[in-house]
Amino acid sequence: MNRRILLAIPLAAVLACGGEKKAGGTDSSAATASTGSGADLTGAGATFPYPIYSKWFGDYAASTGVKINYQSIGSGGGIRQLTEGTVDFGASDAPMTDAELAKAKGPILHFPTVLGAVVITYNLASITKPLKLSGDAVAQIFAGKITKWSDSRIAALNPGVKLPASDILVVHRSDGSGTTYIFSDYLSAVNTAWAAAPGKGKELSWPVGIGAKGNEGVAGQVKQTGGAIGYTELAYAKQNHLATAAIANQAGEYVEPSIESATAAAAGISAKLPPNTDFRISIVNAPGKGAYPISSFTWLLIPKSIPSAKKQKQITDFLRWYLTKGEVSAASLDYAPLPQPLISTLTARVDSISAGTAP
Amino acid sequence: MSGPEGRAVVEAREGDGATLRIHGAAIGDRVYSSAITFFALCVPFLLLAIAWEIGVAGWPALHKFGFGFLTSSDWDPVKGEFGAAPAIYGTIVSSIIALVLATPLAIGVSLFLSELAPRWLRQPVGFLVDLLAAIPSVVYGLWGIFVLLPVLRDPVMPFLRDTLHLDKTGLFSGPAYGPSMLAAGIILAIMVLPYIASVSREVLLAVPRSQREAALALGATRWEAIWGAVLPYARSGIVGGVILGLGRALGETMAVTMLIGNRPEIAASLFAPGYTMASLLANEFSEASSDAHLSALMAVAFVLFVITLIVNAIARWLVWQVSRNTSGKTA
Repeated sequence: MNRRILLAIPLAAVLACGGEKKAGGTDSSAATASTGSGADLTGAGATFPYPIYSKWFGDYAASTGVKINYQSIGSGGGIRQLTEGTVDFGASDAPMTDAELAKAKGPILHFPTVLGAVVITYNLASITKPLKLSGDAVAQIFAGKITKWSDSRIAALNPGVKLPASDILVVHRSDGSGTTYIFSDYLSAVNTAWAAAPGKGKELSWPVGIGAKGNEGVAGQVKQTGGAIGYTELAYAKQNHLATAAIANQAGEYVEPSIESATAAAAGISAKLPPNTDFRISIVNAPGKGAYPISSFTWLLIPKSIPSAKKQKQITDFLRWYLTKGEVSAASLDYAPLPQPLISTLTARVDSISAGTAP
Repeated sequence: MSGPEGRAVVEAREGDGATLRIHGAAIGDRVYSSAITFFALCVPFLLLAIAWEIGVAGWPALHKFGFGFLTSSDWDPVKGEFGAAPAIYGTIVSSIIALVLATPLAIGVSLFLSELAPRWLRQPVGFLVDLLAAIPSVVYGLWGIFVLLPVLRDPVMPFLRDTLHLDKTGLFSGPAYGPSMLAAGIILAIMVLPYIASVSREVLLAVPRSQREAALALGATRWEAIWGAVLPYARSGIVGGVILGLGRALGETMAVTMLIGNRPEIAASLFAPGYTMASLLANEFSEASSDAHLSALMAVAFVLFVITLIVNAIARWLVWQVSRNTSGKTA
């Protein structure tokens, strides 16, 4: 017991520091929420969907009186806390691996909540229309194999566009992030060399470039440096009016990132899901018309059997609420809502959550 | 001189008036002394407990990678291969840059404040220098991103590289993107400056007047008196201040993370991005989920802890040295 506490002190300090770095307004509410004693349910995890979760939990408490305390400590921390049983549910930008699931006390269900998309942003003063890039070209750039903007492999995708002969500066996230996971998942899907190394993960061994902290760090570095290229979340790019590239999807169609094109990606994949899916699915490079290829779900992680019957009812009630009322408000905060067919499948799945310990 | 006799008198007087309370006072003394002993022991215990916890958590990585953990440049969380050499290198190099830039400046500031400044200027300037220490590091980082980096990118870096032809040294070569070891070193220099200046000023003020007067009486100019009599007297105390600044530079996290470029690579050029142990921890800890990765990060924390501990021990020793020398000379 003592050892736990001692370990927790520096850990808490690190986590607290992590919290400080996020955008001002949202965090103070997280701090007050975490100290509030009246919470009925507690959850922890991903920072990316925190704004929409915060809105959902607020709206839900206002309409039903059930308080949900959510701490956006990062996906990894959410999975750890859920595994240790210190929270009622977790949240993650990347699905739990088989190894992580095996460590949990019981079966864990993945519930997709909203969609995130990753945009490619760049700083090229002479380009006015969105640059067109293929998955392969993006992979080559981030692997350091294309080093100049005037490279024939970029020029071929952008006929009639005069590209400068300047060097490309790659800017990537330095902090572990679901955004990096989605982006590298996409690059691994479209480029076999990338899949071999560096592969996919929340932190990578980047072949080239500069690491910047957070979406704001990447966007700031790209904005300041001519010839720079980086990636950020769709919501961040929209709110800050960044220049974004149109990316070729599986059908060869150049799609600009948007809420609609991210939802289209999910629709394209979910039409082909087997009935017994556990929803630990990647939707990068999705088929379907108008699908933006660098999209991903973000998940709530819910134990399949919940010991307390009261909590089981509260959690399942909330899940049904977000699938109906919550999804409607997602777009207001620049999150892409789930496609309709998926919502009905997930609603049916809520019933499989049982009270009592696992059989 | 009169210490022991004075104390005896006081004790006798207390004994006269308080014979009835002696028993109670003894218990109170004992409670008090054990309480403060407990508090005093808490701190070293906490230090050891932290070291133990970090060491235990980092042991799997240290055991698995062995000495290679300190020498390998391969930091790949996807493959589960961890070598902290670039972060160790970056931590030390950025701190050295910081000290090279900050030390002359800090000594200049403290010499001015202790020797040359008119009395009315001494207080406000000293206060403002100390105030540098009160600025949160994230503010330094933001200032670095929006002011320092653009200035470095143009004109400072091209000037060093092309106009002064320093690229031939290898230290100032390559593209000038801004985020770099140099940027981190400069921001660290500003951050450690108040620590070094503050300690140096105190040490210089502690130099006895007789030291200066003697030098001046021998016909030394003011400069010769400072250089020949004051500075040598304060030297080891100033070194203590510098090492205190070094300890601070080694552990600085936020501002460095925002400016260093976060690239785990050892590059000769100071224009190239680098990494430090503290920024590595800040970047990767919150999202690290695999056991190997967590353990590697804990091992980095342990290495950083050990380095900082050694530096602080040296600082203590130097401060102790100077205080012993000073008391020896005044007697």
